[in-house]
Amino acid sequence: MSNIREEIQKRILVLDGAMGTMLQAYNFTEEDFRGERFKDYPSPLKGNNDLLSLTQPKAIAEIHAKYFEAGADIVETNTFSGTTIAMADYNMEDLVYELNYESAKIAKEVADKFTKENPKKPRFVAGSIGPTNRTASLSPDVNRPEYRAVTFEELRIAYKQQVEALIEGGIDMLLVETIFDTLNAKAALFAIEEVKEERQIEIPIMVSGTITDASGRTLSGQTVEAFLTSISHVPLLSVGFNCALGAEQLKPYLQRLSKETNFYTSAHPNAGLPNAFGEYDESPEEMKTYIEEYLKDDLINIIGGCCGTGPSHIKAIAEVAKNYSPRELVGSF
Amino acid sequence: MVSLIISNQKNSMSTTMGHQRSTNHQKYLTLSGLEPLVVTPESNFVNVGERTNVTGSRKFLRLIKEEKYNEALEVARNQVDGGAQILDVNMDEGMLDGVYAMTTFLNLIASEPDISRIPIMIDSSKWEIIEAGLQVAQGKCVVNSISLKEGEAEFKRQAKLVKRYGAAVIVMAFDETGQADNYDRRIEICKRSYDILVNEVNFPPQDIIFDPNIFPVATGMEEHRRNALDFFEATKWIRENLPYANVSGGVSNVSFSFRGNNVVREAMHSSFLFHAIKHGMNLGIVNPTMLEVYDEIDKELLERVEDVLFDRRADATERLLDFAESVKGHKKEQDSAVQEWRNEPLQNRITHALVKGIDAFIIEDVEEARQESSKPIEVIEGHLMMGMNVVGDLFGSGKMFLPQVVKSARVMKKAVAYLQPFIEAQKEGKASFAGRILMATVKGDVHDIGKNIVSVVLGCNNYEIIDLGVMVPPEKIIETAKKENVDIIGLSGLITPSLDEMVYVSKSMEKENLNIPLIIGGATTSRAHSAVKIAPNYSNTVVHVNDASRAVTVVGNLLQKDSKIYKDQIREEYDAFRAQFMKRGKKKEYLSIEDARKNKFKIDWNTSEIVKPKQIGIQVIEDFDITKLEDFIDWSPFFRSWDLHGKYPDILKDDIVGTQATELFDDAQVLLKRIFDEKLLKAKAIFGLFKANTVNDDDIEVTISDSHAELDSASHDATYKFLTLRQQSKKSAGKPNIALADFIAPKASNKHDYMGCFCVSTGFGTKELAEQFEADNDDYNSIMIKALADRLAEAFAEYLHKEIRTKHWNYAHNENLSNEELIRESYKGIRPAPGYPACPDHLEKNTIWDLLKVEESIGVKLTDSLAMWPAASVSGYYFGNAEAKYFGLGKITNDQLKDYSNRRGISIQEAEKWLSPNLSPS
Repeated sequence: MSNIREEIQKRILVLDGAMGTMLQAYNFTEEDFRGERFKDYPSPLKGNNDLLSLTQPKAIAEIHAKYFEAGADIVETNTFSGTTIAMADYNMEDLVYELNYESAKIAKEVADKFTKENPKKPRFVAGSIGPTNRTASLSPDVNRPEYRAVTFEELRIAYKQQVEALIEGGIDMLLVETIFDTLNAKAALFAIEEVKEERQIEIPIMVSGTITDASGRTLSGQTVEAFLTSISHVPLLSVGFNCALGAEQLKPYLQRLSKETNFYTSAHPNAGLPNAFGEYDESPEEMKTYIEEYLKDDLINIIGGCCGTGPSHIKAIAEVAKNYSPRELVGSF
Repeated sequence: MVSLIISNQKNSMSTTMGHQRSTNHQKYLTLSGLEPLVVTPESNFVNVGERTNVTGSRKFLRLIKEEKYNEALEVARNQVDGGAQILDVNMDEGMLDGVYAMTTFLNLIASEPDISRIPIMIDSSKWEIIEAGLQVAQGKCVVNSISLKEGEAEFKRQAKLVKRYGAAVIVMAFDETGQADNYDRRIEICKRSYDILVNEVNFPPQDIIFDPNIFPVATGMEEHRRNALDFFEATKWIRENLPYANVSGGVSNVSFSFRGNNVVREAMHSSFLFHAIKHGMNLGIVNPTMLEVYDEIDKELLERVEDVLFDRRADATERLLDFAESVKGHKKEQDSAVQEWRNEPLQNRITHALVKGIDAFIIEDVEEARQESSKPIEVIEGHLMMGMNVVGDLFGSGKMFLPQVVKSARVMKKAVAYLQPFIEAQKEGKASFAGRILMATVKGDVHDIGKNIVSVVLGCNNYEIIDLGVMVPPEKIIETAKKENVDIIGLSGLITPSLDEMVYVSKSMEKENLNIPLIIGGATTSRAHSAVKIAPNYSNTVVHVNDASRAVTVVGNLLQKDSKIYKDQIREEYDAFRAQFMKRGKKKEYLSIEDARKNKFKIDWNTSEIVKPKQIGIQVIEDFDITKLEDFIDWSPFFRSWDLHGKYPDILKDDIVGTQATELFDDAQVLLKRIFDEKLLKAKAIFGLFKANTVNDDDIEVTISDSHAELDSASHDATYKFLTLRQQSKKSAGKPNIALADFIAPKASNKHDYMGCFCVSTGFGTKELAEQFEADNDDYNSIMIKALADRLAEAFAEYLHKEIRTKHWNYAHNENLSNEELIRESYKGIRPAPGYPACPDHLEKNTIWDLLKVEESIGVKLTDSLAMWPAASVSGYYFGNAEAKYFGLGKITNDQLKDYSNRRGISIQEAEKWLSPNLSPS
């Protein structure tokens, strides 16, 4: 099996685009979400995208394949909300293991197929670990600033369960992403370190934070440098940013990050900022121009797309990425 | 010099990141709160704030024990403002639930961006408290501390967890056999700890901070003679032999044997720190107020201190003790030789008078200065400003407190007033100021203590203040700002409707194309309100300033030449804060008003005891003997109005503000005596007790037939309605959604119930007195008289409530409560006031005024915004039920707003205006 650490030194790796945007095109109904297995489930299930790995596995595999065809080196599993905490919205806490395990398996099968066809370009699967819908360092109640809707310990347990299922499903690396509260991410990293130690394994970890807006800070208030400092205690494959901003707006923060870190860097920005209707309408060509600026400035090792991006965006990004050499790390680690 | 090193750090830190991290930066200790802190060789010394430690500060311990977390947060904020770069938090006290206290306090810090920007040092000897702290901090913290005390296995276990939580660690020089107390043991333990951490646990060496134990010197014990020297040498050895490791220590230990003699202690701290830094200590816990400037230590004292620190002579300790005795004695002599400073050169005398706030000799000194100068204006620009700069610096560095500064201003004003005729005679024009600032309490509001304090403090810092007073309409603010070409507008207000008025002023300023910064202050204002409701309306900068000491820095930053960076920074901060605030607000869950009513506070009216008031009807108290109120005064808020925080009487003995608080309290007593002796203030009150029943869930119908029946034979019932508001936030199971109406029996119960309402005032005469003081250039007493009148009004309300409970209503005739118990609200029944948490609706005052005929009877008026005039007045309701209690309404949602506007008979827009602070974001 090819090693991601070898590949990342050879070239800029391309990550896939949005899963949600692609799923919208299928126009799945409540019945489609339920499938045969959950047709009598007591709560409404439409919108539970992670569930589609069980009820519409073909569609998920199709989307992974489209991204690989477009030139992606890495696809993310369909597990953004695959924790007991996020699944509580659908009363599906008990399904967490299965969702992650199956999602990992689907992605891995597609990846292996593509690798077999072209062994010179090995494909990888990153287990997507989302932020959950609760924040460990912000109170949801303005009148009770000391209150927290979730604790570190609850997050650690939930993340650990997700990580174990993803690993058993066969993923090549873990991606802790869309981090708007660094404390949540620290709980995820804590859980990963525990699993690594208990199983005596090494597994590459990607970390990707979210700069919420032009303030240049995470939702929990940290600057780029403070965020980096807070997660650098774990040996990471890469650190980067995704979501909230388009490629153009994200650049200054990537510059700061790239200058400060000796980890590889990643970015998967949105297709621009949402327009008046909340849609992302930056074209593949536009996005490509901005991404090329990253490449010219030597900011990036892994590049892909988040909200609003599809295979055509990834294709455009892959085309331009292959003309540039990857960012090199300064000094030894 | 040493203290300079510390204070400069604050400014240089923000730039450290970036240019010094280019390569190999992992080898520097790097920490984070909301912002990073990199300890580079250029950082020289990183100062750890140590007042948020229950073992080191009695005040902080008390605040935590009493769960006064808001005040505890102020302690943290003061540390950050004072230049602390890391905040040490310790909750190790037998009576405290340490895990709970640590979690709660760190969670609260997390929601204060100006505190949480710096990293936290989680300080505990209990591992479970350390772990609780690590689990709630998003940044990279420092654990204080671990050691080999419990053996290698436990040491490794803890180190591994510290690393997994992503924190740095302080390692004490302590092992299985005990604490390192000499040079060899220090290096032996540190070396062993280092090797285990780096080689076995794979701990990053730059994240290790050794604490090689600072022990007291000059204790008289032979074995303590080398304590300081061994520390210095061990520090040097660590920095040379254990790559990338850091060294820290708690400095105040060194002077332990000189407790009570601050002159010697401060000299010891500063000399110790100076040499420890030279030997490589790069972090430390130091109390900046207990630090003499190294260069200013008396040469003889310094020599004796350093003889002890470096163990330079056998009799070093005896010689320092001798000297300490003489310093102590010397201090006492100072009291008897008060006038010695009068023999100093002229400038020193003027500076001394300003710093100490002594006005006895200022006219003669200023006259002397005038005769020496070629123009009288030079005295202001030279002698006086030089003195005021010293005051400004001392205040800015936390070495003077607000009441002192206001006294300095009084001396300054007297001096300027004396010089004014000479200046005018020479037609020199006005003195040059650093900037011109317009100050106003907004329309409808009469409260001005805070505004006056800020004005005085800014005045001390050479800003020209145009004070438009209270109840200033927006047109006048804008017109004056334009005409006088002011540089900044400052708005103040205390009651909630003033918040809206400020929004209106900001919009008008934008419409009129004003392009100067706007600063906002006052008790109900907040950074949240300024960021969310005011800043978006106005293109120039809007800054919220919550205390007078910050006002000087903010104004200085706004008016400096390159203020753009600062202004952009403020704008960014507020934008971010607003974005965050909006997101947070949405997550709160509310009940519909119907559901909230279903979950009302239930009193069993069949069993609940209802006492019929002894005297139903309205009574007026004129010419009340105000001296009766002395015992009812709650002094703590009085100190708060002067920015001195703490609870009376403990505050008089507080480590930091005790002296100032005592002096302020003495001055207050002098004026209070004058008020009593000369009958300077008049106290009046009106109250009524009535039949009352709750109708339609949330309204209380009051009937006053009884009182008029005897006068008016054709007795017809006059009814009034009090409208109450109900809590709507979703409660945990079993907790009710309360409205005041729940404390009165509903009409349907067929029980006769009762309530009362009142207004008291002690403000008659305040304005005239304040004006007299002002005419005399005595701002200090002008502010003092208002602060005292406010306290007396509150005392009057407390007094009257007691009279109601034990006489007029007489439901608690056996009550026997001390003043402390009254302050703690231990009595039965409540007296909530419109405009306060249980009933934030100011419009209710109109009903009280109609019902009692307040203005006609005792002359207290209501302004447009329903503030009471005179300001030192209190009005409210009386509820007598044993189950009645104080609560906060919190936020309400649109359905209740609509329902309320119907009940009140006003438009939704109007209702929205009055209740806006309590409306949930929708």
